[in-house]
Amino acid sequence: MAVRERLSGNEAVAYAIKQINPDVMPAFPITPSTEIPQYVANYIANGEIDTEFIPVESEHSSMSATVGASAAGARALTATSSCGLALMWEELYVAASNRLPVVLALVNRALSGPININADHSDSMGARDSGWIQIYAESNQEAYDNFLQAYPIAENKDVMLPVMICQDGFITSHGVENILLVEDDLVRNFVGEREPEHYLLNPQERLAVGPYAVSNYYMETKRGQRQAMINARRVILEVARRFEAMTGRKYGFFEEYRLEDAEYAVVIIGSAAGTCKAAIDQIRNTTGKKVGLLKIRVFRPFPEEEIGAALAHVKAVAILDRSEMFSATGGPLGAEVRAALYQAKCRAEAVNYLYGLGGRDITVEDFCQVYEKLEKIAVEHRITDMYEYIGLRSR
Amino acid sequence: MEAAYNLKEVMNKPERLAPGHRMCAGCGGTVAVRAVLRALHEGDRAVVGNATGCLEVSSFMYPYSAYEDSYIHNAFENAGATLSGVETAYRVLKKRGKIKEEYKFITFGGDGGTYDIGFQSLSGAMERGHDMVYVCYDNGAYMNTGTQRSSATPQFADTTTTPAGKVSNGKVQVRKDLAAIMAEHHIPYVGQTTFTNNFKDLHTKAEKAIYTPGAAFLNVLSPCPRGWGYETSDLMEICKKAVETCYWPLYEVVDGKWILSYVPKTKLPIEDFLRPQRRFRHLFKPGNEELIVQFQQEVDRRWEELQARCSW
Repeated sequence: MAVRERLSGNEAVAYAIKQINPDVMPAFPITPSTEIPQYVANYIANGEIDTEFIPVESEHSSMSATVGASAAGARALTATSSCGLALMWEELYVAASNRLPVVLALVNRALSGPININADHSDSMGARDSGWIQIYAESNQEAYDNFLQAYPIAENKDVMLPVMICQDGFITSHGVENILLVEDDLVRNFVGEREPEHYLLNPQERLAVGPYAVSNYYMETKRGQRQAMINARRVILEVARRFEAMTGRKYGFFEEYRLEDAEYAVVIIGSAAGTCKAAIDQIRNTTGKKVGLLKIRVFRPFPEEEIGAALAHVKAVAILDRSEMFSATGGPLGAEVRAALYQAKCRAEAVNYLYGLGGRDITVEDFCQVYEKLEKIAVEHRITDMYEYIGLRSR
Repeated sequence: MEAAYNLKEVMNKPERLAPGHRMCAGCGGTVAVRAVLRALHEGDRAVVGNATGCLEVSSFMYPYSAYEDSYIHNAFENAGATLSGVETAYRVLKKRGKIKEEYKFITFGGDGGTYDIGFQSLSGAMERGHDMVYVCYDNGAYMNTGTQRSSATPQFADTTTTPAGKVSNGKVQVRKDLAAIMAEHHIPYVGQTTFTNNFKDLHTKAEKAIYTPGAAFLNVLSPCPRGWGYETSDLMEICKKAVETCYWPLYEVVDGKWILSYVPKTKLPIEDFLRPQRRFRHLFKPGNEELIVQFQQEVDRRWEELQARCSW
């Protein structure tokens, strides 16, 4: 029987780490992810797990030590947020190109400046091209469930890529929710032990990691990473099916909420999807208008074809980005979903809004207005407020 | 550990840095690496780490590695943190019964990767007390990118970012004393050495650093023919002058105790070290005598300071 609990998102992820009992966790504190290493350090201090914690002097070193530990043959992980992720940016590429199956618990927070400790996706979106698998959560339950699926994806021999498990700072990381925990023995069985193929501490062979590769070899390395990312699509779904068999909770690349018959759709990542669902229920119940949601769970690899197919029938779609990319034409999710619609020859009108930067609230009323705008756009076939900021106080 | 040192015996041990790497003729870095790895006891396993630099790009160019041991290069500024991850992985895998073999952990970085960009990572790894040796092969500038000044560069050196010119006498600042800074981390072993005579000083310090439990730091003066401007065949002579002038004193700090390894019978004037090097050529132009006096004063001051520490 699953264990009913009430946990914050940070504690839920820390609990998953406890259940997995990984080998090495280097970490450096940064709000709002600090609690994760704190919980883990407490589990270790009380003898509940025997993970080795490395209290490094920076996030650059936390990812560097994670890379070293993983290359040595250990199951390694770290946690961070915002500027911490930015500081380890160089190392994200090193972890991915060395094909190290490490896991990063990312608690999304706005990048400076101005310095801000609240949720947006500018940190992880900045790392979207680093070669990491990125999986996002709407709720504490999803953050926990995603974390349990991380190592089986990362360590799959056809993948061997690092995985970033993302949740929204404070909103889920500190918000306490009811949660169903999987029993310890089921988790151990589901995640298993890391069985590295090649590693520094293999007494049977010597290994050299991190070469200088000139132009004759560099491009093949990148093609290899791309193949791993292509393979990850299959593996992510396989692991999700195994997870569903264990828990009954179903996961895919994205969640469709009342999207099947929807004429107007929102595409969004993370915790704001919950608010959007409330708006959808309210609109459908009061007006009967067909509104729906596509909530991205897996952003890397990007499920382009599946998104195109899922949105093929809608009249208008609003893609909501929680991070700027200053192209002056939209946000990163907007750019990729609009490309997916184009490739799918989808005729839906598409608009890209920005919301929630630096923790700005988005409300049910905001979503109702988005759906009203979509209806107008679908009728007039004219987009006047492309790339609008939702909830902006002034320009 | 104090078994009689026999150069012939030591030199006949199997090489752990294979020939065929792409380092320059007359490079001190390679000599330092070979000498340190020779101090590993035969049959002992090691993981060798490396910061980005000449050594890395010349000794592990895909698909060829010059290392007979497992090896990891990560980036420029994180050799300390990277090896601390490897060493921690070793402890946990051992604790969990996944490996039984003994391993030693040795990482190499140039002065750029050690004194400067990797300083924080080094300091963190040493303070945490990982059972590893960090070896700096100190050639006194960023040589891999073409001789830019570092905080290890001596005052007045002509580098590509501190060029001697009509109104410049080279680097303005004096060099950072990294071995002393590492000693202030209160780690069990710090050694400063270079290539002298029969390599006994370097060999014994490397052996102590590797086989002392806990964090150890070794600073090895490793001249660079391109950056310093000396004849490749003069490598040993340059190092000898560095020691005999007390520009580069040989010493160690064992459990907080400062010990001089060598006191020259006659301390040579600093000109003897400076003159054979192109990077100090401008100091010998008429009118620059005062600069050499200044250089000498700095050497004297540091030598006296070190002697005072060692007499505690």
